[in-house]
Amino acid sequence: MSQGEIRFRGLTLGYDRHPAVHHLDGVVPAGDLLALVGPNGAGKSTLLKGIVGEVAALDGSIETGTRAIAYLPQAAEIDRTFPVSVLDLTAMGLWRPFGAWASLSRHRQKLLDALAAVGLTGFEDRPIGTLSGGQFQRALFARLILQDSRLILLDEPFTGIDERTTADLLALIRGWHGEGRTVVAALHDLHQVRAHFPSTLVLARRPIAWGPTPEVLSPPVLARALALSEAWDEAAAICRHEAGPTHDGRHAHDPSGHDHPPGHGHAHHHAHDHSHAGHGAAP
Amino acid sequence: MTLTGLSDLLVGPFIEFGFMRRALAGCLALSLSAPPLGVFLMLRRMSLMSEAMSHAILPGAAAGFLVAGLSLPAMTLGGLIAGLAVALAAGFVTRSTVLKEDASLAGFYLISLAGGVFLVSLRGSQIDLLHILFGTVLALDDDALTLLGGIASLTLLALAALYRPLVIECVDPLFLRTVGRVGGPVHSAFLALVVINLVGGFQALGTLLAVGLMLLPAIAARFWAADLSGLIPVSMLISMLASVAGLLVSYHAGIRLPTGPAIVLAAGALYLFSMLVGPRGGLLHRLVRRRHLEA
Repeated sequence: MSQGEIRFRGLTLGYDRHPAVHHLDGVVPAGDLLALVGPNGAGKSTLLKGIVGEVAALDGSIETGTRAIAYLPQAAEIDRTFPVSVLDLTAMGLWRPFGAWASLSRHRQKLLDALAAVGLTGFEDRPIGTLSGGQFQRALFARLILQDSRLILLDEPFTGIDERTTADLLALIRGWHGEGRTVVAALHDLHQVRAHFPSTLVLARRPIAWGPTPEVLSPPVLARALALSEAWDEAAAICRHEAGPTHDGRHAHDPSGHDHPPGHGHAHHHAHDHSHAGHGAAP
Repeated sequence: MTLTGLSDLLVGPFIEFGFMRRALAGCLALSLSAPPLGVFLMLRRMSLMSEAMSHAILPGAAAGFLVAGLSLPAMTLGGLIAGLAVALAAGFVTRSTVLKEDASLAGFYLISLAGGVFLVSLRGSQIDLLHILFGTVLALDDDALTLLGGIASLTLLALAALYRPLVIECVDPLFLRTVGRVGGPVHSAFLALVVINLVGGFQALGTLLAVGLMLLPAIAARFWAADLSGLIPVSMLISMLASVAGLLVSYHAGIRLPTGPAIVLAAGALYLFSMLVGPRGGLLHRLVRRRHLEA
């Protein structure tokens, strides 16, 4: 298994037994530049958290070729009032090779280069609390650069970020793609996805479609994704779907006989068609 | 006042009396180890957590007192066990259940404190309880001094070793979780250092006031320094000043002024002074509007 690859096998992630990502099967090939698209509550963040191990799988499994994943969370838990400099924040990206004790003083240039790559030259000694939202996001991207990972996960990296910063950071992402790194990004701006991301996974708790972006981002697929019911059904029956590599998506997961419509055409090799209608979401 | 008069006032007591020199040495050792921990507690918004931990120590110290009377090793060991047990139990509950750290800590420290008061009242009088709560800084023997020196050395070495992961854990705990597994152990080690220092401090100042020398200098330092490399040395300096001032005031005061509270009150006075005139966001500096810069 190559370092940048991710494999999902019958994956269900969720909270308190309620699935937030339901029965996901498939492979993100190494070097892919994949957009995660779906309405709020569709499970995009949960899926990324599952990949880094922040959320444990309720069922099935995730395999990644490397544990050294670079992850940019949506709402960073970062304490921006803590008195550290931009350079210190960026230097955290070198934790894996340097650990707790190795001296970083001879690698200052490497840190400055990373800051230059995100357009923060001259900001190195500023306290992180003095940065604007966009500048702070740039600093976090500098940290991602230093993490030098084959697998990079970005959770809504451009929310609240202006056009120019977004363009600069998108250029960085394309650069990572060019270097053969795998990048998975949760995004809302479909124009952005069409322009920059060759493949797309549409999630609405269950996978709706996964494949080349132009094929996947079609009006019927998006309409299905939008029909997602966000509410939990407190009385939801236990899902009887048996996780396994081979099934045809027509299993009976509910003895009361929910209607499982025939496959709605996944366009790609990851196709696993499972329509889970038990929660009242109209497929 | 003549120069001799001044030296009699400031240095005399320490030259003349061995117990004053011992008290000074003990407080200076504590001033090197406790304030840096206070700086991290303050920056993590865990200031009040040390207060809770100081209560958590009580039942262990009381149990040691019940078993062996006023014996330093027994009470220290008891306090250490109780404090570490509460810190680790709270940490475990925080990581394994829905409770946040403050709530789980509150649960355990209240159980611990009530148990401590219960144990003390089983045997011994009110005076014994006061002794545990307010310490005996003017009666530090060789064992107590060795303990305080050892704790200071251990704390400084451990902080040096943990510094980088501790700072990352403070700034971005999620990041540390995604790149390694040191976050939990580093946090536990930090809490253990806090407990060890509170146990050490309760020899000199008592459980309640040990927190004072940990937090007041750290909070005061916030008004003088902006980053960790400034906050830590400034907090140590303020703590040392408070120790010397407190010892001298309690020595010279006409009435019998207990030394532990005098030291913490001196630290409190330094805090109020810093809050007023400190250049980093102090009250007076906020009142003066300086001309803004061009860019």
